Parts: sequence; C-alpha cells; structure tokens
Amino acid sequence: MSDQFENRIDIALTVNGEPVEARVPAGQHLVDFLRLELGLTGAHASCEHGVCGACTLRVNGDAVRGCLMLAAQADGAEIWTVEGLSDSAAFTDLQEAFVARNALQCGFCTPGMLVAAEELLSAGGVPDRAEIREHLSGNYCRCTGYEAIVDAVETVARARAGEAAQ
Amino acid sequence: MKASVAGYIRANDVAHAVRLLASADGMGRVLAGGQSLVAAMNMRLSTGDMLVDISRLTELEGVTEEDGRLRIGALTRHAEIGRNPLIQTHAPLLAEAAGHIAHAAIRNRGTIGGALAHADPAAEFPACILCLNAVLHVTGPDGSRDIAAGDFFHGLFETALEEGEILTAISLPKAEPGEVQVVEEMARRAGDYALAGLCVTRRRAGYRIAAFSVGPRPILATGAMQALDAGDLDAAVANLAEEIEPASDTQASAAYRRHLAGVLLRRAALRIEGEAQ
Repeated sequence: MSDQFENRIDIALTVNGEPVEARVPAGQHLVDFLRLELGLTGAHASCEHGVCGACTLRVNGDAVRGCLMLAAQADGAEIWTVEGLSDSAAFTDLQEAFVARNALQCGFCTPGMLVAAEELLSAGGVPDRAEIREHLSGNYCRCTGYEAIVDAVETVARARAGEAAQ
Repeated sequence: MKASVAGYIRANDVAHAVRLLASADGMGRVLAGGQSLVAAMNMRLSTGDMLVDISRLTELEGVTEEDGRLRIGALTRHAEIGRNPLIQTHAPLLAEAAGHIAHAAIRNRGTIGGALAHADPAAEFPACILCLNAVLHVTGPDGSRDIAAGDFFHGLFETALEEGEILTAISLPKAEPGEVQVVEEMARRAGDYALAGLCVTRRRAGYRIAAFSVGPRPILATGAMQALDAGDLDAAVANLAEEIEPASDTQASAAYRRHLAGVLLRRAALRIEGEAQ
C-alpha cells in the first residue's frame, strides 16, 4: 500500500468502448485529458468551474462535468463522449431532431447538451417541458433561447415512447 | 482556469486516508465528489493541495437503517439521496433538498459528506441536518468521534472537523408518523444557490426551523420555532427576522433576504398545514 503522493498518475479506463492507458498530471481535468491527449475535442472546456455544461460527458452511465472531475479519478471508469455516442448511433434520433428543430446555431453547447438530454431521455417516459428545462438547466446555450432545444428533446421523447408502445 | 495540484493519491480505506492526511504537512485535502473542491482549485481559490481521493471507499457509500435511525454514508451522492427509498420515507427533507442542489450532472458526482464538510452557508444539506438533529461521525488520527449537527458548523466554510479528520457518515432519527418536512428556497435560476432558504419540520415535540444562505452558517431559528409552536405565525416571522444574519452582496441585499425568509416561512407553514391533512 503506497503512501506516496504523486504528480503523475497511471490510469486505465475505457473511452468510447476502447481501452486506454495513460499517465496523467495530478491536476488535469478529465475533459482536458480527452481533448489534449486523445484528440476527442467534442466535449468543450469553457467556464471550467462547473457552471456552463459544455464539458458534459458520460461517466459510468451518468452525465458528469468533465471540468469538475480529474483524469486521475477516471481510473477504471467507462467514459463516453459525443464522438463515441455518435459513432455507435446511440442518439442519432436526438441529433437529427436538433437539426430538424434548429436547436443549435454555433454548436458550442451541443455536445454537452446532447449528453445531458440523453441522460433524461434514457430514463424513459415522456418528460414534460418543465422537466426537460430543469434537467438541462445546467447547460448554457447563448444562441437559441432554449425553445428549439426543448422542442427537439420533447420530440424525441414522444417518438421513443411511441416506438416503445408499438 | 486549470487546477493547481501538488499531489494526488487514492486511499484504500479510511485508516489509510487518515494516515495520508497526517503525512501531508497540513496541505492534505480530502477529495470526494469534487464538485466544490475541484471548482475551487480551478479558480485558484485553493492551490498546492495534496489530494487524498476517498471516492472509491465503497464502505462510505449508501443508506442503511441502524438501531432505529437512518445512517447515510459520507460518499452517498446527491442524486442517490434524491431517489433512495429509505430517505424518501424516513428523511423526505433530504430527498426534497437534493433536487434544489445545482444541476443533474453535479448531483451525479457531489456527495453529502463533501457538502457537509465544505459547510457552504448557502447550501441546503448543512441546514437540513441541523433541522433533522443529525449526528456526524468522523474518524481521525485519535480515533472516531461523534459530533452533533448543532455543534458542527462554526462559520463560513468552518466546521468542528479537526486537522486530519474525515467525515465518514451521518445518522439521524427517522421521521415520526405524521411528521412533515419541507424545504422552501428562492433562487434566481434553477440550480443557483438560494438567496434564502428554510428547512422546516413539524414533530410531536414541535417545530424545527433551520435557515440557510442568511448568515455565515446554517441557523437554528429557536425563537421562530417557539412562536410556531404557540400557533403565532406573525410572531414567528418577526422572530426569524431577528435571528438570521443575512449579508448584502451582488445577488441580494440583506433587507431583501430578511424579507424573503419571512415569505418562505409563511409558504412552509402553509405547505405543512396542507400536507398534514
């Protein structure tokens, strides 16, 4: 049992289904590790204190702030970014609904918005608009005014519930 | 900004974590969910920390019934507090409060022990456990001890935790049959810290009221409690205004916070009447 504090920490994790091993600086944010070391630049580092939601990732099944979790803490974790979720077609319907409803303009918030919205959708059922707003309240969008985003999420929730009922 | 961290190590158990903190020359810092600590490090409010990561100590997770009380492990996450059936049944105040804390992604990582040890006076959980008369269980170099919630919060981010001690769990009495527990708060936006907030419970023995975001620490409003016990809501509102110590800042003036506290007490009283029927 080591009692040695380290500046660099060995981690082994899976990212988008692929095993990854790395040695990371003690203070490196998970989102920076993904962006700088693995080239997964979908999740954005923006406010860096947990307010804006642009860095939202899926960690062990939960939506998590990539700027409030250290890469060192991700040892053993299963991580999905917007890239992996896109490639695996996990939320193609949600992405298509964002396009159809014009739920993005600059797109900076979109990766985090998709991961956060998918967490709500994967809980099942059809959340009402207030619930959608509440769940996305930690994800800032400075372009759309949110209406189109809520529209997109609501559309997908209804479509998935309809499919489930058939 | 980026965090400035001097060192990091993962603890294998509580005893290991205590030993690591003792070896860190006063720079040791317990890392649990990290939702306040990492944000503080990112803003360079805290630098050079030697992080002792306790987040994998599964023995500190979860909610159990023990000797007729509810025991909540320090690493139990806010999201779990919100949905746990034992908490919903026996401490509904905590379950309701969890929904007010920040946003879903923060609640997925933040832990109740972290929130209590951090002791932000604007946070919900410190006031909740003061209202529920909980006991905090801590372990340090000299062994384990229990601290009553009423003795735990000393001031702004200050607690009764001694250097090198770790909060491991809290325990609290279960709600009585017919007991009502409510949280009322006012925030500008969903997920923001409250401008003012109140936890109110009504038991056979009487009301308990703990106020948050209206002083340097959560405040047990004993004068307002006595007035409510006597059935005088107006006097309770007046007493509450005397008992709290709100500050003015960019969010709200002290006078506005004092006014809000009274409004929230009336709302809580109405809800308690409604839910008790």
